[in-house]
Amino acid sequence: MEQYLSVKNINKFFGDFQALKNVSFNVKEGEFVCILGPSGCGKTTLLRVIAGLESQSEGLINQNNKDISLLPPDQRDFGIVFQSYALFPNLSVKNNIAFGLKTRKQNKEVIDKRVDELLKLVGLSDHIDKFSSQLSGGEQQRVALARALAPSPGLLLLDEPLSALDAKVRQHLRLEIKNLQRKLGVTTIMVTHDQEEALTMADRIILMNNGVIEQEGSPQDLYSKPKTAFSANFIGTTNLFKAKKISQNSLEINGSTLECNENIEDDLLTVTIRPEDIKISQNDNEKNIFKGTIKELEFLGSNIRGHIEVNFESEKANVICNFASEYILNNNIQNNSAVSISLQPRALKIVKT
Amino acid sequence: MKKSRDDYLTIFFISIIGIYIFIALAFPMYAILSKSVENKDGIFIGFENYQSYFSNPALVYSIYNSLFVSIITMVITITLAFIFAYALTKSRMAGKGIFRSIAMIPILVPSLLSGISLIYLFGKQGIFRELLMGYEIYGPIGIIIAEVFYTFPHALLIIITALSIGDARLYEAAKVLRSKPIRTFFTVTLPSAKYGVISAAFVVFTLVITDFGIPKVIGGQFNVLAVDVYKQVIGQQNFEMGAVVSVVLIFPALLAFVVDRIVQRKQVAILTSRSVVHEPNKNKNFDTIMFIYCSFISVFILTIIGMCLYASLVTFWPYNLTLSLTNYQFDLMDGGGWDSYYNSIRMACYTAFFGTIVVFAGAYFVEKSRSVKTGRTILHLLSMMPMAIPGLVLGLAYIFFFNHPDNPLNFLYGTMAILVICTITHFYTVSHLTALTSLKQIDNEFEHVSSSLKQPFYKTFFKVTVPISLPAIFEIGIYFFVNAMTTVSAVVFLYSSKTNLASVAVLNMDDAGDIAPAAAMGMMIFYTNAAVRIVYVLITKKILVRFQKWRTKTTS
Ligand SMILES: Nc1ncnc2c1ncn2[C@@H]1O[C@H](COP(=O)(O)OP(=O)(O)O)[C@@H](O)[C@H]1O
Ligand SMILES: [Mg+2]
Repeated sequence: MEQYLSVKNINKFFGDFQALKNVSFNVKEGEFVCILGPSGCGKTTLLRVIAGLESQSEGLINQNNKDISLLPPDQRDFGIVFQSYALFPNLSVKNNIAFGLKTRKQNKEVIDKRVDELLKLVGLSDHIDKFSSQLSGGEQQRVALARALAPSPGLLLLDEPLSALDAKVRQHLRLEIKNLQRKLGVTTIMVTHDQEEALTMADRIILMNNGVIEQEGSPQDLYSKPKTAFSANFIGTTNLFKAKKISQNSLEINGSTLECNENIEDDLLTVTIRPEDIKISQNDNEKNIFKGTIKELEFLGSNIRGHIEVNFESEKANVICNFASEYILNNNIQNNSAVSISLQPRALKIVKT
Repeated sequence: MKKSRDDYLTIFFISIIGIYIFIALAFPMYAILSKSVENKDGIFIGFENYQSYFSNPALVYSIYNSLFVSIITMVITITLAFIFAYALTKSRMAGKGIFRSIAMIPILVPSLLSGISLIYLFGKQGIFRELLMGYEIYGPIGIIIAEVFYTFPHALLIIITALSIGDARLYEAAKVLRSKPIRTFFTVTLPSAKYGVISAAFVVFTLVITDFGIPKVIGGQFNVLAVDVYKQVIGQQNFEMGAVVSVVLIFPALLAFVVDRIVQRKQVAILTSRSVVHEPNKNKNFDTIMFIYCSFISVFILTIIGMCLYASLVTFWPYNLTLSLTNYQFDLMDGGGWDSYYNSIRMACYTAFFGTIVVFAGAYFVEKSRSVKTGRTILHLLSMMPMAIPGLVLGLAYIFFFNHPDNPLNFLYGTMAILVICTITHFYTVSHLTALTSLKQIDNEFEHVSSSLKQPFYKTFFKVTVPISLPAIFEIGIYFFVNAMTTVSAVVFLYSSKTNLASVAVLNMDDAGDIAPAAAMGMMIFYTNAAVRIVYVLITKKILVRFQKWRTKTTS
């Protein structure tokens, strides 16, 4: 598929402070891309550079085969939803949505029809004459979305659109926005600091840290093949260990030797293993088996998270594991129970620090 | 980034407003500074004028006098206003609304009216003359009492704001910790109000040192700087010396301005968005004491204004005390007659109308536009300057600038237009700050949303920003109107026989010995301003609510 948007080598300085460092990525037509990262990492700045609300210090932006790097926002083709929604408080829902429709000298009927269409799309047809102060947060959010979509922009930009909402509404709207985007096929870039939101909504995630893109890829890729310690840690929960190379397929953690399926190159490295990849082992002949003590069990519903103190050769270390609740209850595992766990060679992943 | 059409329009409008401020402020100020270093023939003579000024003991003594009355007034006003503000914000006494309204009365009259009132109360034929025990009301005593009356509401407003921002959570914490009321006062109330009090003190100081109406009316032989400027220019036609005294007068005003700006910045830092408004508890003794105190102050204010009202209605003080409207027959006196009153109304309307447009547009570009950052900064700095310039100095500067034969704007001299321009400039800063405060509360993303929707900025401005800001816009208009009605200092050098003003007529009739008609004209200004205020309150209560139903949360 065609690259719809391409961002090349963007640098952005605020005085001496560099908020974006050589950021490059592409977005395909119709794709839903999430820019994910901790707060302050430069996500909003990046989005505003794409919108032209902030000018980059260096770098190029191409949209739909046109160089838009230097164009002011009103000559770019995008719709935007801000975290604050920025609904005009003195205009009705209808006039908010119609705000961007009135330039092209369209007649009233065409505009009214388009507004109705959008209201139906976001499920707010009953609220057409209300003001934003009379709507709930989720409803305001959807009006803002409808307003941004009204002129049928080629690119939709969303800055933390759900972060001001309650958990329940947020989950519901996640699905709704995703479905809407799929239905309209509009290329979308959403900024968020919530990894769960990114994982559930995005076709592709661009993970940022300190103004740099750490990694990009599908949600599955980011989760199962983190390239850096930051990626591994930021997305989901994980265990990280410092390790030394012994041979191409074996390494040492706290004096214990472990096997690993990946090719080891550096002498010193960091390895990660997801909690759900750690199993309680009955069979001491398996590879990478260690003895440990349960220190704490956290009940998470269908899962239980165990904090286990593992007896490596030279030092003890805490490891987090996920177990099926049923298993724990059936086997009568409790605090201070002794267990054997296996850190299977295929689950150990080498990451950059 | 390339400039869009919006950017060009923004640059265009900022330039227009910038040019306006340069003409109305920067160039005249330059003119007065250069005049002070020239001789009568316009030749540069360095600091010779200053030397002759400082070698004249009578003139230099005015500096001392000015500082004396300003500092004493400052101490008295701040003390009185602080207790009053404390009563309004921290007690649960009855009648707060009425006390507050009464305290605002002095804003509605020209400052010199209080001087006239004091003459009726304590002058040679005054009712309470004996109370002075042989002292003269003409001189520092009269000036200070009148200045306290005049500056009281200005200080009160600032201190009320400072006291209301005291965070309720701190009071609750103090209570939980069983802090004694006195200790709470010194550890919670005073520190959070500190900056407001300092700021109010400087505002009062500046108002007094730059005021010339009161010392002119009741100062007697006691000379102050502001009156010297007037006397040098009007009395002796010595413009160069007038310019020198003006420059001397700018210094304390400028200093006060700088301190106020620094202090204001600190105060903003205290006020976090999470602060909770403090609801005072009932305390019978305290509330009673506060009630009595506020009643005293209110009686003081009402006496001053009531005396003027009475004096304006008495046929011939003190010999014929029957009430009549004789004194309101202004056409029979010198001073401009009723025409000057109508001129004032016209001038106030123009000032309110054009002033509000210029100020609001200026503040909008300073706060909301994305482009031309330097231009916006300059515009903001220029907008802050008028506060530091005494009205009298501004008026004199206008003579030098606009009356210069080579100035193409010379035709403005002696017209209504120059009075309006001068008054707008004189009261620009406070209005600018009101507009900025209101604009800052509007989400900055509105402009960004509109440009993403390909709408020009002026559409957002007229359809969203202006409707949301209507209360502030009305506030600015009223402020301009009331001040245009009462101002004397800035316009006293600029009016012509065709553009005489009511406030100036008060001054001139008093000067000519027609004190009762002067009081009557002062009362006309009061009636007008009071009526405008009342209409304003009705408008905001009734009409704005109807047109702004989006402000209410009720779902229909
Ligand atoms: N206008 C600005 N001036 C100076 N620094 C800024 C400005 N905008 C953002 N920053 C800084 O740039 C960094 C990234 O900000 P932002 O893009 O808003 O982060 P995010 O959206 O990821 O939370 C932050 O450290 C922030 O303080
Ligand atoms: Mg952000």
